[in-house]
Amino acid sequence: MISFRVDGHSVVPPYLQIVQQVRQALRMGVLDVGDQLPTVREVVSATAINPNTVLKAYRDLEREGLVEARAGHGTFVRRRPPGPPPGTHTRLGRGLARWVREARDAGLDDDSIESLLRVTLRAAAEEEEIA
Amino acid sequence: MIPIHEVPGSALPGPAAIETSGLSKRYGKVSALTDCTVSVPEGRICALIGPNGAGKTTLLRLLAGLSRPTAGQVTVNGTTPRQDPAFLADIGFLAQDIPLYRRLSAEDHICIGAHLNPRWDAESVRERLTGLKIPLDRAVGKLSGGQRAQVALSLTLAKQPRLLLLDEPVAALDPLARRNFLGLLADAVAVGGLTVVLSSHLVADLERVCDHLIMLASSRVQLCGDIEDLLAEHQILTGPRKDTTAIERSHRVVQITRTPRQTTLLVWLNGPVVDPVFEASDVSLEELVLGYMGQDAEPALAQLTTVGEEQ
Repeated sequence: MISFRVDGHSVVPPYLQIVQQVRQALRMGVLDVGDQLPTVREVVSATAINPNTVLKAYRDLEREGLVEARAGHGTFVRRRPPGPPPGTHTRLGRGLARWVREARDAGLDDDSIESLLRVTLRAAAEEEEIA
Repeated sequence: MIPIHEVPGSALPGPAAIETSGLSKRYGKVSALTDCTVSVPEGRICALIGPNGAGKTTLLRLLAGLSRPTAGQVTVNGTTPRQDPAFLADIGFLAQDIPLYRRLSAEDHICIGAHLNPRWDAESVRERLTGLKIPLDRAVGKLSGGQRAQVALSLTLAKQPRLLLLDEPVAALDPLARRNFLGLLADAVAVGGLTVVLSSHLVADLERVCDHLIMLASSRVQLCGDIEDLLAEHQILTGPRKDTTAIERSHRVVQITRTPRQTTLLVWLNGPVVDPVFEASDVSLEELVLGYMGQDAEPALAQLTTVGEEQ
């Protein structure tokens, strides 16, 4: 079972934070097919968000086909979102952490690292368009 | 038990738990509430926001049947609020000062409640308080402020009201106690069959838990509606200092802030903004509420000045 963190100051609306956290948990392998999501009552008791916010998040996930509501039992994971298998993120994350250390050693601050990443992503996207 | 997320159509706005039309309340020459027309659908958690003295407590008392309107109509759970057992059985009202008998324990209060209320779910209070690790046998005067608030809320919920009215319930609580209190409240709403109105002068207190808003200032309704809709209908426009009459013609400007170089407008949208020199951005609930409060602050200040001059 996972628990949700809802940041009231985030620009991302609370229902979307829940959707993103479920997707993320599925990609990282924290949640697997057949696992149960917390009930609406469990989520609202722990986070003090509106019950309709949780309902909306779960309905979005259901529409995406990632979860299904089973009458009288709760909401369960149906399938993982499309994308690489779990573990891929962890492996790539380790590589990225090594690169970040290298960038820091070279004197780049967080802003420079972020803009470098953005520029590289944009360049990669343009390359793909040409190809 | 049927989990709530499987109730079909539960997100659709249901019938109204509260409807008022032109509701007014005067105390002598003072107008405490003026021409108030609001609607709250069943199953909502509604924030009642406004500065001190805006009329929040007056509205709550009218809804609870504790006072009678000077003019206008009010309907709660389909009937007119009045002091009779059938109406009051469906209303939970928790006043600002948390009215508990300090020398009595939570268990004593549970027993008293059982004698005074037609449907009383004593077991739910024991379950909730035990879950929160609040001792049932200790005098409530010896509990912390946060615990006392939880006891009072649990007792009010044991009445199984259809409408719960809370007057500044979290104002005196520390952040953790506030979170626990609102969590308990959200859980009660998730079970179903309950509509809540809770007042505060701070929007930040209630932003997470509420999905509906009534905003009062100087005894009048400034805003009322579904929070998501209200946020979608407003935008902040930022641009160079220039003539804004074109924008004012097509949208309702709530607030304008001008610096020597820049103009910032909070607008109620009437279609898309076409002026390319203005950058549009989404508005937060706090910005929205402050914008509407700022709009009202000017006439209120002007009145004060007049009073001062007369003296």
